[in-house]
Amino acid sequence: MLVQQLINGLTLGSVYALIALGYTMVYGIIELINFAHGEIYMLGAYMGIITFGLLTTLHLTFPTSGAALLIMMVMAMLFCGACGITIERLAYRPLRGASRLAPLISALGVSIFLQNFVMLAQGPRDKGFPHLFAGEGIDLFGSRISAIQMFIMATSVLMMAALQLLVHRTKIGKAMRATAQDMQMASLVGIDVDRVISATFLIGSALAGVAGIMVGMYYGLINFFIGYIAGIKAFTAAVLGGIGNIPGAMLGGLLLGLIEALGAGYISSEYKDVFAFAILVLVLIFRPSGLLGKDISRRV
Amino acid sequence: MPTPRLSITLIQRPFPRIVLTSLWFGLLSLPLMMELKAPFFGLERPLLVSAGVAMAGLMRLAVSQRGGPGAERVQRMVGSIGGAVRHLTEQIDRRVIYVVAVASAVVIPLSLNRYHIDILTQVGIYVTLALGLNIVVGLAGLLDLGYVAFYAVGAYTYGLLSTRVGLSFWEVLPLGALLAAIFGILLGIPVLRLRGDYLAIVTLGFGEMIRITLNNWDSVTRGPNGILGIARPRLLGFTFSSPIDYYYLILVIVLLTIFVVDRLNQSRIGRAWTAMRDDEVAAEAMGINLMKAKLLAFGLGATWAGLAGVFFAAKMTFISPESFTFFESVIILCMVVLGGMGSVLGVILGASMLVILPEMMRQFALYRMLIFGGAMVVMMVLRPQGLIASSRRGIALGPKDRQGSASAAVTSPQKMG
Amino acid sequence: MPLLEIRKLSLSFGGLRAIDMIDLTVEADEIVGLIGPNGAGKTTLFNCVTGIVPPTSGEILYRGESLTGLRPDQVAAKGVSRTFQNIRLFREMTVLENVMVGGHCRMRAGVAGAIFRPKAVIKEEEGLAAKALELLRFVGLEQKEDLWARQLPYGDQRRLEIARAMAGDPSLLLLDEPACGMNPQETNALMELIHLIRKRGITVLLIEHQMKMVMGISDRLVVLDHGIKIAEGTPEAVRADPAVIGAYLGKESIGAQTG
Repeated sequence: MLVQQLINGLTLGSVYALIALGYTMVYGIIELINFAHGEIYMLGAYMGIITFGLLTTLHLTFPTSGAALLIMMVMAMLFCGACGITIERLAYRPLRGASRLAPLISALGVSIFLQNFVMLAQGPRDKGFPHLFAGEGIDLFGSRISAIQMFIMATSVLMMAALQLLVHRTKIGKAMRATAQDMQMASLVGIDVDRVISATFLIGSALAGVAGIMVGMYYGLINFFIGYIAGIKAFTAAVLGGIGNIPGAMLGGLLLGLIEALGAGYISSEYKDVFAFAILVLVLIFRPSGLLGKDISRRV
Repeated sequence: MPTPRLSITLIQRPFPRIVLTSLWFGLLSLPLMMELKAPFFGLERPLLVSAGVAMAGLMRLAVSQRGGPGAERVQRMVGSIGGAVRHLTEQIDRRVIYVVAVASAVVIPLSLNRYHIDILTQVGIYVTLALGLNIVVGLAGLLDLGYVAFYAVGAYTYGLLSTRVGLSFWEVLPLGALLAAIFGILLGIPVLRLRGDYLAIVTLGFGEMIRITLNNWDSVTRGPNGILGIARPRLLGFTFSSPIDYYYLILVIVLLTIFVVDRLNQSRIGRAWTAMRDDEVAAEAMGINLMKAKLLAFGLGATWAGLAGVFFAAKMTFISPESFTFFESVIILCMVVLGGMGSVLGVILGASMLVILPEMMRQFALYRMLIFGGAMVVMMVLRPQGLIASSRRGIALGPKDRQGSASAAVTSPQKMG
Repeated sequence: MPLLEIRKLSLSFGGLRAIDMIDLTVEADEIVGLIGPNGAGKTTLFNCVTGIVPPTSGEILYRGESLTGLRPDQVAAKGVSRTFQNIRLFREMTVLENVMVGGHCRMRAGVAGAIFRPKAVIKEEEGLAAKALELLRFVGLEQKEDLWARQLPYGDQRRLEIARAMAGDPSLLLLDEPACGMNPQETNALMELIHLIRKRGITVLLIEHQMKMVMGISDRLVVLDHGIKIAEGTPEAVRADPAVIGAYLGKESIGAQTG
């Protein structure tokens, strides 16, 4: 029982972590809670189904379902990345330097717009996600890790490792870190801040897109509303780890997944969603800088 | 500098830019809108999106060609309309406007049918809610996304106390408001120290927590089934039953709300809120206790939601958690944002628009939230102050009195070079 | 008793000592200039005094009472007011309202007062408005009270900040680079204004980079460099101090800036 809860928790947690990365990266650079980020994740899930539908309609058959899955993930990443960039360009960039309230409201507007757009375009009902995994999974201490769970965890770890490499080893990663530290200074030394911000949205959104596909596979059903709760939880994960901190988001995501799974298993599953909020509030009260974050001091 | 790439030179010219942008949006909407089984795969829909974007781009171009950047021009246009309304209201004696407005609010519904009166009653509920939220968002600049929770507190206070304890509407009305205010302050104490954007998400979470609790705490709230048979208000042997009774009741509440919110706005406290909204550091350095000011805003904002909640329960005689979803919070926020943050007149306009327009355009009901969401973005980008910008004045007195105090200052002994 | 007495004040951010064991006294009715190269810790010192950033160690006494640990609003209520280097007006409020906000801590009207608006509250508001208008005239912003703060030109915004800070009836006024961005005529008018502020019985401690101005106006100068006080004394003495010249060397010498 315990081991099973842990496995379930880690699976969910690694998805939260992937989404949380997008929140944290954007926050780290432009200090905005991108409410629309949860919707990007939802778009990723839909893109998965749509790509799959396209593949079957075109009668493209693949030796393994793995190849189809790969195409779905690439498409979702491209699509979500494009959406992320567009949203930033349209709804956030014109508001840079405005009051703090304006971009938040704008972000909320984007979120609601996307939700309803998808509802209208794709219908309000749940959509079934194709079953791509026939694998049985393996037994572990009397519990079962399904093939999907293994896949989710492995993919998440891979994505996070890739992100770490990108942030620490590449030129754009360096520019991102510089911009996160001091945007004004970064632009003075010749970094194209607009491009860095676009890149941040691209990467964060692409990760969310992958997360969308994985959750779609895991639960088998998606609808236009899944981004809302997932968004809040991923945000909680980002805050728990220390917002603006990339390893923090990963840690926060995993922790939140574990706490939720254990809470649902041992306390009450009806209040499952309340745990995330409770954690959020507790963290914000007792350690607003999160587990790995630095103190946020006001600048004058 | 490397030579600019083709794409960049293209995108800087107006027409290629419009074409590329519209194609881009068509491409983005393509996967979501196409339908493999439809004729032409439903490709006409993304093309429609492209056409729409191109139209918007061309309109913007046309406007900007005629002078000034487009956004600014649109803003000026809307601004001059809002300004004209304001100018008009300033030209005529304010009291005359008030009397006419109240008189028409009293008389006009007498000629309307039940359906229309019900809509007006709804407008009244939302005006109360939006004016309350306006204190928090518009005046104090705190983004509260869980405002509907306080509305739920008010409604359930009456629902429970009426069905279980048998308290009357008039007893619960102040109680519900007070309880909502207490909830507001209790929520505020831990979270108001945080930065504004955290506040948004915590309040959102709080709203959800209240709703989930209402949904699951069956023994008290009867869960999703809700509470039935809530008593109608009675006054001196008269029972409120027909729509018009409720309309007049909410009218009184609305008038009270307008009066109080306006007075608060034009006071030392309103000034402190606005200052805090503009610049917290400077406001604190000028002697404003931020914590106190924020708690006050939160508590006073929640009060009206509680009041509206009690009324809502009494009007519907049935409440369930379904009425208190996140979307309700969003709609109320939208009213404040579109109407004009901080402006009482603007918020009233926003609330009326957002209740009446969807009723008038039933065929677009599905698109309601889509339009609201889009409107919020457009509003923030083009005109963040809303349709009717708030106008703040030095003191809450007419211009005549201002002259008086100015001349008093001239003769004051402290006069210096 | 000095009006303001700072004892061994230190503040570190991480490993960096932004200000280090600074002693500073300001007597009533003085004009004291605080100078030093960029990054010397001048604004940080202001932030410590006004409670915006709590110091790591040391003490700040105002009329013998400790200010350490007080919130900014409490410091303002005690009678210490300030302006900001990077102008922080309430941009979405009118000029008059900006000044009236400055008087916030001297008023008492609460929620009930705001709603029922009794005679006393009206009188209080009228008094504040009159005072604000008088202050606007005092700093040279008459006839501009109904403009939005953001509509004012730069120099006027600086003067508005001074009027706002004075509305709280301070005894000690901290001015953070009030002449920054002003042309010579505006600077001269500002020097005149600061003298008049002192005549009103308000002690002034100011940070300034324009040497001509700060030398001409201050009774006493305090020089910071890298968070440490390196010199103190009359403008003439400070100008001749080798430590001060050393601190400014490599950029421009003081002579060049005054010249």
